[in-house]
Amino acid sequence: MIAIVDYGVGNLFSLKSSFAAIGHEAVVTGDADTLRKADKILLPGVGAFGDAADKLRATGLDQVVIEEARRGKPLMGICLGMQLLFDKGYEYGEHDGLGLIPGEVRPIAEVIPAGLKIPHIGWNALRFTENKSPLFQYIKEGDCVYFVHSFYAANCEPDVIANAEYGALLTAAVQRGNVCGCQFHPEKSGKVGLHILKAFCEEGNLC
Amino acid sequence: MITKRIIPCLDVKDGRVVKGVNFQGLNDVSSPVELGKYYSDNGADELVFYDITASAEGRRLFTDILTEVARTIFIPLTVGGGINTVDDFDRVLKCGADKVSVNSGAIRDPRLIFEAAKRYGDQCVVLSADVKRVDGVFRVFAKGGRENTGMEAIAWIKKGVELGAGEIVLNSIDTDGVKKGFDLEMLDAVCSAVSVPVIASGGAGCIEDFVTLFQTLPRVDAGLAASIFHYGEVTIPALKQALKAHNIPVREV
Repeated sequence: MIAIVDYGVGNLFSLKSSFAAIGHEAVVTGDADTLRKADKILLPGVGAFGDAADKLRATGLDQVVIEEARRGKPLMGICLGMQLLFDKGYEYGEHDGLGLIPGEVRPIAEVIPAGLKIPHIGWNALRFTENKSPLFQYIKEGDCVYFVHSFYAANCEPDVIANAEYGALLTAAVQRGNVCGCQFHPEKSGKVGLHILKAFCEEGNLC
Repeated sequence: MITKRIIPCLDVKDGRVVKGVNFQGLNDVSSPVELGKYYSDNGADELVFYDITASAEGRRLFTDILTEVARTIFIPLTVGGGINTVDDFDRVLKCGADKVSVNSGAIRDPRLIFEAAKRYGDQCVVLSADVKRVDGVFRVFAKGGRENTGMEAIAWIKKGVELGAGEIVLNSIDTDGVKKGFDLEMLDAVCSAVSVPVIASGGAGCIEDFVTLFQTLPRVDAGLAASIFHYGEVTIPALKQALKAHNIPVREV
C-alpha cells in the first residue's frame, strides 16, 4: 500500500486517482501508524517552501517520514514535496527541509537568462544524467513531463537523475538510495508520468 | 526547451458537451469523460472545460462530471464558466481541476483574481479575456462577448497579471469563428505587455494557422481551439507533426 502524506497542503485527488489508474492502492493519510505500515510513502506539496515545511512539522509527520526513509522505506517527493527532501529552501527567507538529500532549493531566476518566463510552466523534456534510476525503466530520454515551479534544487548534482533545459539545466528528478523526488507532476504528465509512478510502486525498486 | 501547448476547449451544458462531436471509436459523442479521454490519448497537452450551464442543477452536474474526468485523465485540466467567487474556485479545484479561468466574474470584481491567487497560487488563476476592436481600440467584452465593458484590453490584462493571474487566454472576438488565423496583432500587443504565459484563442481554421502563430510570435505559449478539433478538421497528432517539421517544439505522444 502507498501512503500519500496529507498535511493540509494541496489537492491530492489526482495523485490518488493516478495510483488507482495503474492498479495500486493508495491512501491519503495524516496518520503516523498508517505511514509506518505503508510499503512506500509519497510526499506531495504545493505552495511555498517555508509554509509547507511548517505545516508538515506541525503535524509531527516530518519525523515519521524521516525515520521511515532512514529505515530504507521508498519515499518519493513530488513538486514542493521533492524540494522538502533537501537541507534548505530559500523561498521568502531561509527554511530547513527534511535533510534527506544534500542540497538546497533556490530561485530559478538566479540561473536562467532574463526574459524567460517564471514560473517554468508547461511540458518539458527529461534529460537523463549518468545516474541510472529504476524510476525511468518504462520511459525514454526526451519524454515530456509537466512542470509548474519557480524554485529549483541546486547543489545536488551527485543525486540528480534527470534535468530539464530551460535556459539552464534545472533539476527535474533526484534519487539517493530509497529516497527520490520529481520536480514535475507525474500525476499530470500523461502516460509518461504514470509509467514513473508504476516503476516507483513496483516491488524491489528503490529498496 | 518548453514545448508549445495545444489545448482543445470543450463547452459543457447540463453535463454534456455541446456542438456535435463525431469521432470514430467514440460511443457517446457528447460525454465529457469520453471526449476528454479521446483528446488526452491523442496528444492534447491540456484540456479546458467551460461550463455554460445557467442553472444550479446544471452546475451540480458539471462538478460531478468534472470529478469523473479528473479521475480518468492525467493531464492538466482548466475549468472556466460561472466562476464568480473564491468558493467557486474551491468547488472546481476539489473536483480535480488544476487551474481556474475567470472572465466576467473578474471584470465585476477584480479582487477575485487577487484573493484566489493568494489562496491557491498564481499558477492556478487564468485570466480569460474576450477582446474586440472598437474604433481602433482593443476593448474588453463581458458576458460571453455580448457586452462592451469600455475597458481598454491591454491595461485590463496588465492589471489582471499584477493582481496575480498566472496565465492569459486571449480570445479575439474579431477573428473568432472566421477560421482565417489567429489575431496576431492583438496577441503581439498582449505578449509585449505581460511576462506570464499567453494562450491564443480564436480564429484557427487549419494547421498552417498554428504554424504561423508560433513562427510569427514565439512568445505565445499555447494555441486553443474548439470546433476545428471537434469536427476533425484538424487532428492534434497531424498538427504536432507539422509544428515539429517547422522546428517548433512540441510534446510528442
